[in-house]
Amino acid sequence: MTDQPWLQRLSGGFRRTSDRLGGDLAGLFTRAALDEETLDAVEEALIAADLGPAAAGRIREQLAAARFERGLSREAVLGVAADEIERILRPVAIPLEIEAFPRPQVLLVIGVNGSGKTTTIAKLAHLLVEQDYGVLLAAGDTFRAAAIGQLQVWADRAGVPLIAGKEGADAAGIVYDGVKRATAEGIDALIVDTAGRLQNKQGLMDELAKIRRVLGRLNPASPHNVILVLDATNGQNALAQVEVFKDTAGVNGLVMTKLDGTARGGVLVAAAEKYGLPIHAIGVGEGIDDLRPFDPRATARAIVGLPPEEA
Amino acid sequence: MFDSLSDRLGSVFERLRGRGALNEEDVRAAMREVRVALLEADVALPVVRSFVDQVTAKAVGVQVLRSVTPGQQVVKIVNDALVELLGAENSELRLDVTPPAVVMMVGLQGSGKTTTTAKLARRIQKQERRKVLMASLDVNRPAAQEQLAVLGKQAEVATLPVVPGQQPVDIARRALQAARLQGFDVLLLDTAGRLGVDEALMSEMAAVAAASSPHETLLVVDALTGQDAVNVARSFSERVELSGVVLTRMDGDARGGAALSMRAVTGKPIKFVGTGEAIDRLEAFHPERVAGRILGMGDVVSLVERAAQTIEADEAEAMARKLAKGGFDMDDMRAQFRQMQRMGGLGALAGMMPGMKAAKGAVAGMDPKLLTRMDAIIGSMTAGERAKPELMNARRRIRVAKGSGTTVQDVNRLLKMHQEMAGAMKKIKKMGGLGKLAAMFGKGGMGALEGLVPPGALPKSGLPGAGGGLPGMPGAGGAGAPFNLPPGLDKILKK
Repeated sequence: MTDQPWLQRLSGGFRRTSDRLGGDLAGLFTRAALDEETLDAVEEALIAADLGPAAAGRIREQLAAARFERGLSREAVLGVAADEIERILRPVAIPLEIEAFPRPQVLLVIGVNGSGKTTTIAKLAHLLVEQDYGVLLAAGDTFRAAAIGQLQVWADRAGVPLIAGKEGADAAGIVYDGVKRATAEGIDALIVDTAGRLQNKQGLMDELAKIRRVLGRLNPASPHNVILVLDATNGQNALAQVEVFKDTAGVNGLVMTKLDGTARGGVLVAAAEKYGLPIHAIGVGEGIDDLRPFDPRATARAIVGLPPEEA
Repeated sequence: MFDSLSDRLGSVFERLRGRGALNEEDVRAAMREVRVALLEADVALPVVRSFVDQVTAKAVGVQVLRSVTPGQQVVKIVNDALVELLGAENSELRLDVTPPAVVMMVGLQGSGKTTTTAKLARRIQKQERRKVLMASLDVNRPAAQEQLAVLGKQAEVATLPVVPGQQPVDIARRALQAARLQGFDVLLLDTAGRLGVDEALMSEMAAVAAASSPHETLLVVDALTGQDAVNVARSFSERVELSGVVLTRMDGDARGGAALSMRAVTGKPIKFVGTGEAIDRLEAFHPERVAGRILGMGDVVSLVERAAQTIEADEAEAMARKLAKGGFDMDDMRAQFRQMQRMGGLGALAGMMPGMKAAKGAVAGMDPKLLTRMDAIIGSMTAGERAKPELMNARRRIRVAKGSGTTVQDVNRLLKMHQEMAGAMKKIKKMGGLGKLAAMFGKGGMGALEGLVPPGALPKSGLPGAGGGLPGMPGAGGAGAPFNLPPGLDKILKK
């Protein structure tokens, strides 16, 4: 890890989000009053950050109510918006803990195609290795061409072992072998890659159910974590992903990737509001250490474009 | 999770029934709903804004036709405007140049470039009988080049041998030379995924374009893309001369508002859509289908087309004759199930139907093998039993259950369902046959369909819900059950 203070690194991940949103909002508040038109514009700016109509509407109402008490300074209005976003995000900022006993803690990583599962797994493995945990990767994506090769390269970079089968093999079998090996070697965390799947594909969702069954038979508590990887560039469909994967795959945690681009990932706010699933981390780049802890206060302030607070 | 636009507008216009024209206030109220619907479909905000303004101007003062409700009329105006904006269909690739024609694929990470490259290569090779070479310029993502090589084997398309350590621009030059020397007609260049803000990678892309002067540069975009679509479209079209867009993952349940954003910002046609992971799932773009989807109206046109293809005319006629007599035995029911299955099973049907909120829930928890199992039950009955299901006493039921590998409960459910369907058929007959039934659909969730599908487009036997496929239950067709599952089927599904 670099020696940059972590709050600053976190806000780095959200910088573009805040630049844009802050830019939009800042443009608004140089005007005189928070009239309907201004509120509309705030709401639209939030919608443009992918917050979704419902969450954006609620924040709009907060702003409409707060203007008399707080006056009209730009900071004050942004503060209310940030407070509301933080209030929504606060309960779901829960870091990933490795504490399973008996070992290993099984982390099943799922998501739609191209959301960044494999890269996120590499980053997670790296993070856990840095925290002195023993990590084993299982290449459960036996579907996509060269997915195993991709994970192998990452495993080498992170310096962790990988258990893999042939392309087209039964993913559940590889996962079984992974648990056996992790148990035998006393490895703390087994991270399972899975094939990307759209949430409306029954066949692939069945495969996921099978992996869960196999894991459950080995240890009723596993998989301990079912982590859904969300792509920040996805819009409101991310909510549908959360809803379906939560019901069918038992998702109990989220990681959002690709926040280093222009996408704002405001759908996290809507997701937190609606489903309340823990957000473990955010991905802000293609490097192996580009996974950041999720800090609600810093995130909320970054989203509305306020500078990070002094520690 | 989304309400269809028709549902939303339904409440806005409830009080408006029977009025002569839409006044400005009514239209504005409707447009607020249109705006939210578009935003929920992930159409980018600036695009929504200009679109809504444009449509408002068009819709003010429009006469409300007597046959349709104002809500449906607004939906039709919006739909037509969407189709217009989404552009002409069938914009084929420009490949008639001195070979090799170079096609470059660009896009964000994870948008589906590599898979799309292989699908497109296969399509060009199969449908246009041209020799295609693919080359991966992705030196960033681990094993990306290997992935294209594997896909090349699956698609039976040649790929450029990988030289480790070679940089993208050099690979592009080598590919171009190989294509020339080996007499390939088309060269597809799969580039690395990149973010618009990544200056180094964006200039690399520009350099590759300069070195290979592509005839087609296709931006590959995930249909799941949200508001960021505008930034993506802008950042890529600023750096390379795009010639078109490919929309991937249209087989998901995203509304695909990104299509509209892409079209509006780049001004380039959407040429293809990816509709599945299999190598042949790449289709030409149909604006009217995507428009319907953005508005949450389902892909009615596709459904009707598929119905027309799969429902064999003879079978439908025989069925109609039988129904006219009022008989409906187990063989008829079986024919119905088989037709449903030919159309892609219940799940596929549900995905295409308008106003599918209720039925989607039912289908989601449904066993995809259900139709097969019901078919097996009927298959285990004797000819006599099929003609006269009332013969089925307890012992016969046990026998049939054993024979079909199901339980007596399953058999009972099926028989009950048949009874209800037969009852429904009788009622239909009393009401004046299938023609009336088809008319009845107009009142229900499928009302919007009448405005969208030209009169001749529907099969003669009526809507897929009528003679061709699933017999609708009278009454239910009009009220909140736009997807006409056979009566009782939903109960079976819940088991």
